[in-house]
Amino acid sequence: MTTGTESAAATVAKPAGESSGQGTQVSFGRRAFERLGMLPVLVVMYALFYALTIYYSDDGTSNFITAANNMNILRQVAINLVLAAGMTFVILTGGIDLSVGSMLAVSAVLGMKMSLPTAIPELSLPTFILAGLLCGLINGTMVAYFSINPFVVTLGTMTALRGAAYLLADGTTVLNNNIPSFDWLGNGDFLAVPWLVWVAVAIAILSWFILRKTILGLHIYAVGGNAQAARLTGIKVATVLLFVYAINGLFSGIAGAMSSSRLYAANGNWGVGYELDAIAAVVLGGTSLNGGIGSIWGTVIGAMIIGVMNNGLTILGLSSFWQYVAKGVVIVLAVLLDKWRQQHNSAN
Amino acid sequence: MGQVVLEMEGISKSFGATRALNGVKLTVRSHEIHALMGENGAGKSTLMKVLSGVYQPDAGIIKVDGKPTSIDKPADARAAGIGLIYQELSVATNLTVAENVFMGSEPRTRWGMADIAEMNRRTEIVLQSLDAPFKATTPASRLSIAQQQQVEIARALIHQGRVLIMDEPTAALSDRETDALFRIVRKLRDEGMAVIYISHRMAEVNALADCVTVLRDGGYVGELSREELDPARIVQMMVGRPLGDFYQHKTGRQAGKPVLEVENLGGGKVKPASFKAHAGEVLGLAGLVGAGRTELARLIFGADPRTSGRVLLEGQEVNINEPLDAIRLGIGYLPEDRKGQGLFLQLSALANTSMNVLRQNAKLGVINHSALRKLTGEAISRLSIKVNGPEGIVGGLSGGNQQKVLLARWLEIKPKVLLLDEPTRGVDVGAKSEIYRIINQLAAQGVAIVVISSELPEVIGICDRVIVMREGVITGECQGANVTQEKVMTLATHDARLAA
Repeated sequence: MTTGTESAAATVAKPAGESSGQGTQVSFGRRAFERLGMLPVLVVMYALFYALTIYYSDDGTSNFITAANNMNILRQVAINLVLAAGMTFVILTGGIDLSVGSMLAVSAVLGMKMSLPTAIPELSLPTFILAGLLCGLINGTMVAYFSINPFVVTLGTMTALRGAAYLLADGTTVLNNNIPSFDWLGNGDFLAVPWLVWVAVAIAILSWFILRKTILGLHIYAVGGNAQAARLTGIKVATVLLFVYAINGLFSGIAGAMSSSRLYAANGNWGVGYELDAIAAVVLGGTSLNGGIGSIWGTVIGAMIIGVMNNGLTILGLSSFWQYVAKGVVIVLAVLLDKWRQQHNSAN
Repeated sequence: MGQVVLEMEGISKSFGATRALNGVKLTVRSHEIHALMGENGAGKSTLMKVLSGVYQPDAGIIKVDGKPTSIDKPADARAAGIGLIYQELSVATNLTVAENVFMGSEPRTRWGMADIAEMNRRTEIVLQSLDAPFKATTPASRLSIAQQQQVEIARALIHQGRVLIMDEPTAALSDRETDALFRIVRKLRDEGMAVIYISHRMAEVNALADCVTVLRDGGYVGELSREELDPARIVQMMVGRPLGDFYQHKTGRQAGKPVLEVENLGGGKVKPASFKAHAGEVLGLAGLVGAGRTELARLIFGADPRTSGRVLLEGQEVNINEPLDAIRLGIGYLPEDRKGQGLFLQLSALANTSMNVLRQNAKLGVINHSALRKLTGEAISRLSIKVNGPEGIVGGLSGGNQQKVLLARWLEIKPKVLLLDEPTRGVDVGAKSEIYRIINQLAAQGVAIVVISSELPEVIGICDRVIVMREGVITGECQGANVTQEKVMTLATHDARLAA
C-alpha cells in the first residue's frame, strides 16, 4: 500500500509507447476514491431528494427519509438488481442481453400456471427458475457455439420469447391468490426486511463471489478483456460465454418469481423495458460495455441510483413522462461524470 | 545537405510529476534523413507529438524556416508543412486510396459536394511520383500494409509537406517491402524533403540516416553526423553505458535429447513440415514476414486446425487439438502481437501471470489469492518487472515490462517447450538484453526454446541452430558457424545474387 508522501512523487502513466518503467503508483486516497465509484452520486442524490421533499412539503417534514420509504426503495430496487446482476456477467464478457424482460415474462407465466390447483403448485418455484435458465441457455448456445452477435441473438429472443409469453398466457393474465409455496418471496419479511431484499442481497453476494473469488470469474474478465488472448491461454471461451447467458437467464427466472409472487399474477406483458433499467444500472455502476472492466458492487450502486430516483421523483409528484426524461438525463450525465473522473485520475 | 528547415530548442513537457521532455533540441535540414533514436520512454514519440500539435510544450520554441511558429493543433502542423506517419496506420479500409489521401480536406465542387475527379487526379500524380503499384481509385482494403503506408506518405505529400515524420515505419514490413520503402524515403530526401526517421533498428539507421539525434530519459544526448555514425557508440548513448556482449550468447552449449518432434505437420498455408527441437537448445525459426513461421508455431500449439502430420513430445506422440492441450503438456506460446493476443491490459499483473496455473492454486474453483500473490511477487522480482506490485494493472507498463509479464505467465507452467514469436518486438534495448538473459537461463535449465524473429542479427546472436522457412515450406537449416546473414537470407528468399 502506498502512502501519502509517496503519492506526491507518484509517476503517471505516460502516453502509449512512452510509458515509464515505473508502473502507475496510486495513493491510498485516490484508490479509495476509485473504489467508491458512483457512491458519491448516490449520496448526493439521496440528500437532494431529502431537501426537495422538505422544501415542497406543507408541514416542513419529509416523507422521503422514513424507515417505511427506505424499505420501499429497497423493495423496488430488488427485482432490477437481480436482473442487473445477471446483466453484469454478460456485459463483462463484452456482450449484451436484451431478452431479460421477455425471459422474466416467460418464466412468470409458466411458474404461475404451475401454481394453479390444476397443475402441481409445489413445483412452481423450480418452474420459474428452470424456465429462465432454459431461455438463458438458448441465448448462450447461439452466442457461444454459433458465434452470432449477442445483440442480434437477444434481439431475436426478446421478440420471440415475448410472443411465447403471450401465447402461454393465452393472451390473458394468470391470476392466483393462493400460492403458499412462494407467497413469502414477494410478501414475507425476515428480520423485518422483505424477502425480496434478502434474495437480491444474496444474489449480489453470490455474483461478487463468482466474479472475484473463482477461476470462472477471472475467466469472465479475461474473455471480456481479450477473447483472442483468452483462447491462447487455454480458456474455453465458449463455455464461459454459455455460462454468463445461462446465469443471466436463471436470474431472470428468479426475478420472474419475485414479481409474480408480489402481484399474485403473471401475463405476457410482464417485464417490458426491464432490460433497459438493468443495462442502465450496470453502466451507471462503471462497467464497460466493451467488457473486461467493472464490478458487481458498481451495479448495486447503479441499481440504487435508479431506485432512489424513481421513488424520489414520484414522491415529488413529477409526472411519469418527466420521470422518463429525468432518468435518461441522469444516466448520461452520471456516466459522463464517471468518464471525467477516470480521466482526471489518470491525468494526475 | 540543405538548409535548416526546422529547429526545436529547449523543448520541455511534463505530465503531472513526470518530466517526459527536458530541454530537448532537434535541428532538421532539407535534403536530410534525420534518425531519432532512443529507448522506449526516452521521449521520441512525445517530441514528435509536440511537433505535430498533439501536445503543447511547457517550454521551448519551434522555428520553421527560422521563424518561431506556434503549433497548437494538428492543423497548424499541416499548415507548416509537417506530416506525420503514425506507427499504427490510420488508413480507412472501407474507402478508396484517394478518399484516404484527402480525408478531412476533400476538395469541393461548386455544389459543395466532394470533388471525386479532382481528388483522383491529384492523388494519381502523387502515386506516380512514389511509383506506387496501385491506383487512386483502388479500395484501400486491397492494399498490403506496405502499400497502406504509401497512402499515408501520399497524404503528407498532397499537403505540400516539407518535413515528414516516420515513426517505426518498418515494424510491420517484410525485408523486401522495407527495401521499397527505403527507395521512397531516399527519393523524397533527394527531392528536398526533410525526413525524421524514428527507429529501434540499428541496421536501418545505418543504411538510411544522414545524421542521428539520440535522446535518453527525456533529455538530449547528442547529434552524430554521417561520418560519426557507429552502432556501438549510438547504443552507448541510448543506454548510457556500454552493453558488452549484447546477446550474451553461450557458445558451446550442449543440446540434449529431442523434446519436441514435429513430423509432416501441415495446415493452412503451412506445407507439411518436420523438425526437432532439443532440450537446452535455442532454435531459431527465420524467414520473411508471411513465410508461415507464426502459422507453424500456432499449429504446434493447437491454435489452428492441422490437416496433416503429428507432434511428439519427449518421444511420445501427443494429441493437441486446442491450446489447453498444449499448455497441459508443458508447451507455451508467446504470440507476436503482445497486446492483441497475449495480455489482458485492464487486468492486474497477478491475473496476467497466473492465468495458466489457476487450477493448481484453487480449491473447488475458488482461487487461493494469497498463493498467487506470492507466486506473482516472486516472478516480478525474478524477471525484475517494473510494476506496482502484483495488483498493478499491466496496461500502463512499458513494452518491455509487458513482455516480461507475458514471459512470466509461461514460466509459471514450468514449460518443456517454449515457442517465442518475436519476443523482442517493440521492446527497448535494455529490456531486450534482459529477455535474452531469460532465454539463456531457460535453455540452461533444459527447456527447448523456439524463437521466431524477423531481426536477423537477433536470430544469429541468440540461436544455436536456425531453420529457415519460405512460403510455408522449410527450405533449410544452418548451425554454429554456418549461421550467417547471407546463408539465412538465401534460404529465406532463394535469391541467387545472395547465394553467389
